[in-house]
Amino acid sequence: MSGLKDAGHLFRFAGLFVLAFLVFLVVRSFVVPKSFGEYGHYRGAAIGEIASRPIKFAGHQTCETCHTDIADTKTKGAHAHVNCEACHGALAAHADDPMTVTPVKPDTAVLCARCHTASAAKPVGFPQVDPADHSGGVPCETCHNPHSPIIGSDSGASAPKGGAK
Amino acid sequence: MNISRRHLMILLPAAAVAWKHVLAGTPADSPNYQMSEHWWGMLIDIPKCIGCGNCVRACQTENDVPDGFFRTWVERYHRSDWHLENPEVISPDGGKEGFPVVKAGEEGMFFFVPKMCNHCADSPCTQVCPVGATFITPDGVVLIDQKYCLGCAYCVQACPYGCRYVHPEKKVADKCTLCYHRITKGLTTACCEACPTGARQLADLKNPNDPIHEFLKTHTVQVLKPQMATGAKAFYNGLDGSVR
Amino acid sequence: MSGVEGYIYPNEVTLYWSVLIVLYPYITGLVAGAFILASLERVFRVEAVKPTYRLALLTALAFLLVAPLPLILHLGHPFRSPEMYFTPHDTSAMAMFGYVYMWYLMAVLVFEIWLDYRREIVLLSQTSKGLLRLIYKVMTLGSSNISERALHIDDKVGWIVTLVGIPSAFLLHGYVGFIFGSLKANPWWSSPLMPVIFIFSAMVSGIAAVMLLYMATTKLRGQKIDMRCVDTVAMYMFYIFIIDFSLEMLDLVHRVYEADESFRTLNFLVHTKLYFSQIVVQICLGTIVPLVLLFLTQVVKLEEMARKRIYILSGSLALIGVLAMRWNVVIGGQLFSKSFLGYTSYKMALVTREGLLVAVGLTVLPLLFLWALVKLLPPWPDKSLHEAATGD
Repeated sequence: MSGLKDAGHLFRFAGLFVLAFLVFLVVRSFVVPKSFGEYGHYRGAAIGEIASRPIKFAGHQTCETCHTDIADTKTKGAHAHVNCEACHGALAAHADDPMTVTPVKPDTAVLCARCHTASAAKPVGFPQVDPADHSGGVPCETCHNPHSPIIGSDSGASAPKGGAK
Repeated sequence: MNISRRHLMILLPAAAVAWKHVLAGTPADSPNYQMSEHWWGMLIDIPKCIGCGNCVRACQTENDVPDGFFRTWVERYHRSDWHLENPEVISPDGGKEGFPVVKAGEEGMFFFVPKMCNHCADSPCTQVCPVGATFITPDGVVLIDQKYCLGCAYCVQACPYGCRYVHPEKKVADKCTLCYHRITKGLTTACCEACPTGARQLADLKNPNDPIHEFLKTHTVQVLKPQMATGAKAFYNGLDGSVR
Repeated sequence: MSGVEGYIYPNEVTLYWSVLIVLYPYITGLVAGAFILASLERVFRVEAVKPTYRLALLTALAFLLVAPLPLILHLGHPFRSPEMYFTPHDTSAMAMFGYVYMWYLMAVLVFEIWLDYRREIVLLSQTSKGLLRLIYKVMTLGSSNISERALHIDDKVGWIVTLVGIPSAFLLHGYVGFIFGSLKANPWWSSPLMPVIFIFSAMVSGIAAVMLLYMATTKLRGQKIDMRCVDTVAMYMFYIFIIDFSLEMLDLVHRVYEADESFRTLNFLVHTKLYFSQIVVQICLGTIVPLVLLFLTQVVKLEEMARKRIYILSGSLALIGVLAMRWNVVIGGQLFSKSFLGYTSYKMALVTREGLLVAVGLTVLPLLFLWALVKLLPPWPDKSLHEAATGD
């Protein structure tokens, strides 16, 4: 058909498209990560990568494996549900290498005040005091065992052995 | 400390083995963790929150969260008796160092609200990602593939809760991962570990023994912005209507 | 925190979408609008606007070539942008960008320009020298067939391409409106009207741009401006402007009337932080003033000089007004907190990758591209070419 002869340039233009599309498909097969689409429209390997991030908090069960006596004292007291690292900070490094990495003892003046400074915003039943009125600057652990803080509650101590060393 | 040296010689190797066991394996190839057996959520108990900020600090430590951005934060509400719809809210540095003291005698109610990614089952953020860099895992955690993310910030715009941000150095989207690297190894999240009052508790809805089932039977709970129908999985007990 | 009022979620202090994201819808809007003007002649046979036909196409192409730049410069990882082509997420409006852009660029704009210019391209490939000759030769794709039959086929195919190009242009710019309009998290953006308002304001801006460019280039070439053409272009601009204004007013009235939970915070925003850009620039200067001026030209018989001045003024104001609209949508939508309890500020940098200088550069760059395209593919009948063709 003579029509086709005069439309030859159109086929060339279309040909460019087809060529570009084929190149695109080839490149795509190389570039798209292999695990893409494994579980959904995302790179499946990402799940494993994210799950392999380093751990900084060991978790109280690990602490309690070695520090059984502290754990015993704590379960009977008011801080039974306060986990070790809530006060002592992230200690997975210590759990990994207990002899070399030694935790720093928390400063009770800052630590205890953070939770127990009285504020009308806090829940009413929560134990809270005005630190200045309450102790006049005396460190908290002078009277309170941090692991069983209610005075007289842990067996045989009103002035405990300074809590954890 | 008071552990005798002999005691330590026995305990240390056992602890080391136990710890290594916890650290071993990624969920995909670890026989210990099957994604299909879990559906993660979080229970936040408002009456228990004391605004100490432990969770914010712990999250920052565990996840290297950059200063000025927050994967979790705590808000303090002052809901006046006269202006129920217009609470006064503050969150000084996300509540990281706690909150200023409120003197007794003020009218209205004060309370603290921890906020975080709600790991929505129908999340608008995963819907809008143009390349599939953010997604929900088969066990219900919304994650970001930071090697694939373009940093277009569309997901940040799409999140109704403001829990996403663009990492200032990595230039990709970032947010709470529900400490995926911990929960897949039998640990709890850093924020739950650090919370002294049990106001935050990790929940596995597929685990029949998880305390959340009993809790949901006996308490009335809400999610944030229910009108958005995001399928949010952070359940709030005692959430006041003034909370935004 | 500086620039923060009331309570905002801590991660909302920074704005994540900068002035570059304001530019992108503005530029694609100009593309779509210019193309619609071109289609007026090609498909709807409004013969009066023919003098602007080729210029409109080249304008659309010049702006379309620049359009991806603000997006790429904004990305945290620009070199990962091919991921949008390789693994587009089918639930994301933004993922459409790669394909819609490529479709519109190649299958609509470049194709149509090529078909319309093919005769000149072939002739120029034979008469030029040096590098230009090579460029034209490549553009012929190796075919020098400019017989009457071939040109007739080009004409027919070009008509179809323009026809397909109209919904394509709506898609190119409408999806941008949908990117904003589909976000339930943001009440300033979330609206089914958003894509429609974007399209109509785009048409206003594109038509205004081509009208001004036609008047400027004709003057620069020392030729006489075809007033019948410009009068017709301005008339279409006026009617489309009315539709655009009605849609925007509908959105406003609806918000004020329903006064849902977001209303108080948005109302305050418009009266304070957005007062200048929305009320003064977008609505008063950018919409009402040009509408009144254009209305005058439609009902009062004015002299040519007066009409020219009005068209230049209202065209310029319309262009500024539509840019302000993009600003108010993009930046405005990030100035208020999703808690509805506070506001932040936009601190636009000057010399960074997403700063003001780059933004200005990106607005000027399309004009440079247009200049190059006009040199390469003159929109105006070239006497020497005409002689070369008939001399054979």
